[in-house]
Order: sequence, then C-alpha cells, then structure tokens
Amino acid sequence: MIPLSKPAPASAGITGTWRTYKPVVSLDKCIDCGLCWLYCPESVIDWEKGHKVTIDYTYCKGCGICADVCPVKAINMIPEEA
Amino acid sequence: MSFRLDQLPKKRYVVPGNAACAGCGMMIGWKILGMALGEEAVLTIPASCASVVQGLSPKSGIAMPILNVPFASAAAVATGIAEAFKTLGVKGHAVVWAGDGGTADIGFATLSGAAERNSNILYIMYDNEAYMNTGIQRSSSTPRAAWTTTTPMGKRERKKDVALLMAMHGAPYVATASIAYPQDFYRKLKRAAEVEGFKFIHLHTPCPPGWRFDPAKTVEVARLAVETGAWILWEYDNGKFKLNPPSTIYADKNKRKPLKEYLKLQGRFAHLTDNDIKNLEEEIDAKWQTILALAKTFS
Amino acid sequence: MKALTAQKTALTGNYAVAYAVKAAKPHVIAAYPITPQTSIVEKLSEFVEKGELSARFVNVESEFAAMSVVYGAAMAGARAFTATSSHGLLYMYEATWWAALSRAPVVMAVVTRTIGPPWNIHVEHNDILTLRDSGWIIGMAETVQEVFDMTLQAFRIAEAALLPTAIGLDGFILSHSTEPVEVTPQDIVDKFLPPRRPDAPITLRPGEPVIFGNLPSDNRIHARHKVATVYEAQNQAKDIIKKTDEEYGKLTGRSYGGLVEWYKTGDAKYAAVCMGAWCSDAKAAVDALRRRGIPIGLMRVRFLRPFPSEEVAKLDQYEKVIVFDRDITPLGGVLGVEVRAHLTRAEVVNIVAGIAGVDFDAQGFLDAVQKAVEGQYRGVEFVI
Repeated sequence: MIPLSKPAPASAGITGTWRTYKPVVSLDKCIDCGLCWLYCPESVIDWEKGHKVTIDYTYCKGCGICADVCPVKAINMIPEEA
Repeated sequence: MSFRLDQLPKKRYVVPGNAACAGCGMMIGWKILGMALGEEAVLTIPASCASVVQGLSPKSGIAMPILNVPFASAAAVATGIAEAFKTLGVKGHAVVWAGDGGTADIGFATLSGAAERNSNILYIMYDNEAYMNTGIQRSSSTPRAAWTTTTPMGKRERKKDVALLMAMHGAPYVATASIAYPQDFYRKLKRAAEVEGFKFIHLHTPCPPGWRFDPAKTVEVARLAVETGAWILWEYDNGKFKLNPPSTIYADKNKRKPLKEYLKLQGRFAHLTDNDIKNLEEEIDAKWQTILALAKTFS
Repeated sequence: MKALTAQKTALTGNYAVAYAVKAAKPHVIAAYPITPQTSIVEKLSEFVEKGELSARFVNVESEFAAMSVVYGAAMAGARAFTATSSHGLLYMYEATWWAALSRAPVVMAVVTRTIGPPWNIHVEHNDILTLRDSGWIIGMAETVQEVFDMTLQAFRIAEAALLPTAIGLDGFILSHSTEPVEVTPQDIVDKFLPPRRPDAPITLRPGEPVIFGNLPSDNRIHARHKVATVYEAQNQAKDIIKKTDEEYGKLTGRSYGGLVEWYKTGDAKYAAVCMGAWCSDAKAAVDALRRRGIPIGLMRVRFLRPFPSEEVAKLDQYEKVIVFDRDITPLGGVLGVEVRAHLTRAEVVNIVAGIAGVDFDAQGFLDAVQKAVEGQYRGVEFVI
C-alpha cells in the first residue's frame, strides 16, 4: 500500500569504509566502565560487564569518540592502511 | 532513579550502518531516547538530519516506529497521533524528534500551538544550532557570532531560547539536556513520560562538520558547553524551576571554565577576538541571571 | 424506497456537514475558522462539548496544523475530519499532498471560496481544484441534501480507497442556505459506515518499528508509489464511489448516479457540463431551453477526482459540449480543459463564469448556452 521500512543494518551501506582511523581496544587497560558503549553514536560497540568490549568494524565510521571518552586511554585510533 | 550502565537496555535503537556523519552528536541522544522510551514511543520526524540519518528505504537505521512528516508539521502531526491513541485506547507516547530549524523556525507555530493547547506529546528538539541537513545555514538557534554558510561573518543576532519560551507557555514539563550527560537526559525522558500534557526537552547536540571540530570531540565539546556555562541544564516541572547538576555549581561564575575553552575547539568561532569572547561571556552571564531569577521565583 | 425512519429537518449546508460528520463518529476533528466554513466546526465543537459526539476536538493555530493533526490521527488509525476554505486550503497545501501520498483516509469539507487578492469571501471553485493533481478524491455537491449524503459517503469512500477525500460545497450558496434535509438515522449510518480499520495504510504502534517516509534506496520505489496512488488508486476509486452511492441509495432511498449525474441527455443534441450548486440553475436553464425547442441535456460532475473519463468520453456523441467553469486557469477553466482532452469530435465551448463570486443564475446559463449553440461563443469565453 505504502512503501514501509524496517530496521536493518547498512541502511546507508557498509559504513566501515568511511573510516580513516580505526579504534583498537587494549583490553588489558580497560576498566569496564562502559562509556565507549554509551557514547558510540553508531551503536557498533558491544559491551558486557567483564572487560568484553568489541567493535563492529563493518560499520564503525571511525569517529574516535570512544577513544576520546575512555577515561584510561585504552582505545587507540590507528590509521587505516590505504 | 538509578542509572547503571550495565542495566540499560542493550537493544540497538540506533542501527549500525546508518547515514549519520561520523561523530554525530544527535545519534548519541537518539540512543538514549531509545534506551528510555524505545518500546513506548512513536516518533514524528520533520525534515531534518534526523530524516536523513535513517538511511535508505526499505531499511531504516532507527529501530523505532517513525512517521516522517513535512518540515513545519511535526508538533501538529504528533498531536493527531496522541489524540488518536487516546480515543483508540493505545498506550504509548507521541514523541517528536526534531532539529532546531524544524522547531525554532519553520515549525514554531505548530510547536507553540501544541504547547498552548497542552497537547499530550513529548517534543524533543535536538539542537545542532544550524540547518545542518542543508549544509550549515544559520537558524534562530545558532548562537551569536557563530559562522555558518549564511552568516559568513558570524551571526549578528542572539540564540533564540526555545526551552524558556516553552516554559513561558506554561507547559507542565520543560527541560534542557546535553548529550554529554546521558544520565540527566535519560532521567528527564523518563520523567517527561510520566507527565500528562505537553513536554519539551531541548537537547544540545554538537555537530562536527557544522561546528568545524574533530568528530572525536563531540562529547568533549558538549561537556565544555556545560562547564563554561554556555549551555545550562535546568528543568521546569509543574511550575517548579530548578537547575540540574552539574550546572548547579556553575551558578557561581567563578566555577565556570573560561568560555574560550569551549569556543577554541570549534572552527565556527575561529574568527573571534578576545573582545568578542568577552562580549559573549557577558551575554552568557546575563542568561544565567535570567535562569537564576526564574529558579528563585519558581522554587 | 425511502427509509421509514428518516427525519426531515431544515439545515444549512454547513450544518448538514456537521450533522453528517457527527453521524460518522470520527475520533479526531481539527479545524481552524475561516469564512464561510466556520459554522461547520462551531457546530462540531458544540456537539463534542455537549457530549453528543465523543470525538477529540483539537483547536489548532492554523489550517496547516489542522491538516497535520488529522493526518497524524489518520495514520495512527483514527477516523479524522477537518474543514476549510480558500486561503485556508492554500495554507495547508503541503500537508494535503503529504496526506495523499501517505494514503491517509482523512475527510475534509471545502466550502469553496474565492482566492484573493483582494479579499473576497464569495464562491469560486479554484480553491478545491488545487487538490486535483495530488491524489485526493474530490466531490462537489449540488444541494444541501447532497452535502449531507456526500459527507457520509466520503468517509466510506476515503477508507475503502485509502485516499483522502474532499467534498466541496459552494460558499454561501450551499453553506449558508437552509434547505429541508433528510437526516439519515444513526442505525442506518452505522450499517452503511463500519468502523475504520486502524491498520491501514500503516500500523503505527509503540514497539512495532515500522518506518514511513525515509529516503528511497531506489527512486523507482517512489515512482511506483506515485503511480499507484495518483493514478491506479484513483482509477480503483471510481468503482468504490459508484458502489458506495448505490448502497447508500438502497439504505436511504437517495443516490446520485456515482461519478456523474445525467440530466435530460437521452435525446439531446447539445450537452452542458458543470459541477457544484449552480447545477440546479443549469437544470432550470435546460428545462427552459427545451421549451424553446433547443435539445440540450446536462452532465453534472459529482466527482472531479477520480475524473469520470468514461462518462465524459460519451459526450463526443453530441454536436456541442458547453462546459461551465467557476474557476480560471491560463487555459480557461479546469473542467473545460479536462473535458476537451477526452473528446475528439464534439465542439467544446468553455464558459468561465461566476468567478470571484459574481452572480450567475439560470438566466445566465440560458443566455450562454444560446450563444454557444448559435456559434457566438467559441473556444473559451469569460462571462462577467
């Protein structure tokens, strides 16, 4: 009747390709605060209590907010290889 | 109300791979909205960044029911949804998620109408302080002196204070919020959902491409806006007006960080002289005097 | 067969709309006052205030908000109604198009009025005709009784076709004239108009993440949607309108012929075409012309959208087709242009008259037809 949409990943494509810097988590430094998960604007960070932070690089746009809000600097932004 | 991160919903209301810019402040706010009201709200969204970030149909980058509507119409459409829900016996909130252009400018008549009627809607104005969707043109919510593509020398007029205008409508619940303080925004969303009638939350959402700053700094910029006193967290709840932490401490001018710390991160203020900054600081202090007077009067 | 329980009462056109809307039991009504529509919403707000109608009545700050409110209500599953006129319709214009392409079955009464400047509150049809390309169904009533009946029919048509529906009544000529009206008893209305399905065109409910209106991944999705709405759904609505009118006739004893009404066209050599309240004057003129020996009939357009193409095509059998428009475009009148586009043989004379509220009565029709028949009027003529 009318064209409807349903939530699905990649509504704007594989947005990981936008990235120029890649966030890499050092789990040994992680204090399990969850702030990276909370502030990630893309919802690409999974976090469960117990130092389990994982990033979905298929869609991570590489904004670097996670690294910026991390209170112990456990996330580094590494240049993507050309 | 407890705000423990590990107890917040893990469901992704913002779905990865959407069309938002990297570091979009508005999307942080949207995540919090989802966590607070994701299963209870139907969203009405006028033309804005929020309509574009949903991505391309038949997919959507937002996992909430959404009716996209004409630019100026959101408060009225949401009113219709709320009235329909009431007569049909549907439980749920009619929520508007709208930008500053759709709220402070073209949508202001429908907004004011809904506020005056006390329509049972929750209106959230995510404020990125310009027409970002069309490429950074000034809005009435752009702060004084900010560069935009239509104020190449800096905006000459002051920022329209929509939240105060809503409070002066006598709305039962009005609040400001910032994406740097998710717990405060979350609590305000939950509180608003308890209130019958018109609710308005003015959410400060920095925009990296529009404000000309590094997308990693979105939260930092939002936090500095509060810490310098440029953005004040308050709420007006059934006739009582009060400051909210951390703004409470910034009532004391001496506790505020220098405004320059907020401005210097943003290219849109790069042209300002020290004297310009001093003038802005004075204007911010005048705003504080108004807010403090209101807090005192409606305590 | 007349309904035995029908009550006859004296109503203005505007009150006829209000009584019909009340009988239709809408959930949500929103409107903004504008002359000559105002007494519709005044009466409806009175019904609501007195508890005679359990709808939510939303006092809005503009017509744009009125259309936006009823649009939102309709998308959330409610039966919704608004009314406006002239500049009010122009002010809500963006939302009317949005409603059509959303397939929102709102019903709107348009009390037709002149568009300014200068300010002029009298009748003209240009206002309602601005909806003609949007996907809206557009009906035009001839009498106060038909205003009542068409309003009720509009709800069923809108909800069956899933297209917003406007019914036009001529400002003052119908809106403020009192005529005896048979008010359909509520039990018959309830039989005729079942409750609205709340799940079409969309189920807008918390917890059900369905999204309407985000950008298309392929513009052909949008293009197909436009064809389906503005063309196909309009064509499908033709049958819906005819069947609705027939069924209404069975229940009430009053039906009008569907998309058009034919008047004395059987043995005619000439055909007049018009729509709205002045069709009654046109019929009187037809009678008078026939007494003078001029074999003329009339096709009254009840619905301009969907356009009655099949019926209009039949006009080709007449020697001359004289189309009367109470509206003006750079090409003449809307009806004139559209009728001409359907004919290959008959000569079409388009008479634009009565715009800006200028009086045009049975004598006016008679004179104009006479001149058209005699060949004094050709192409497009303006009678002022």
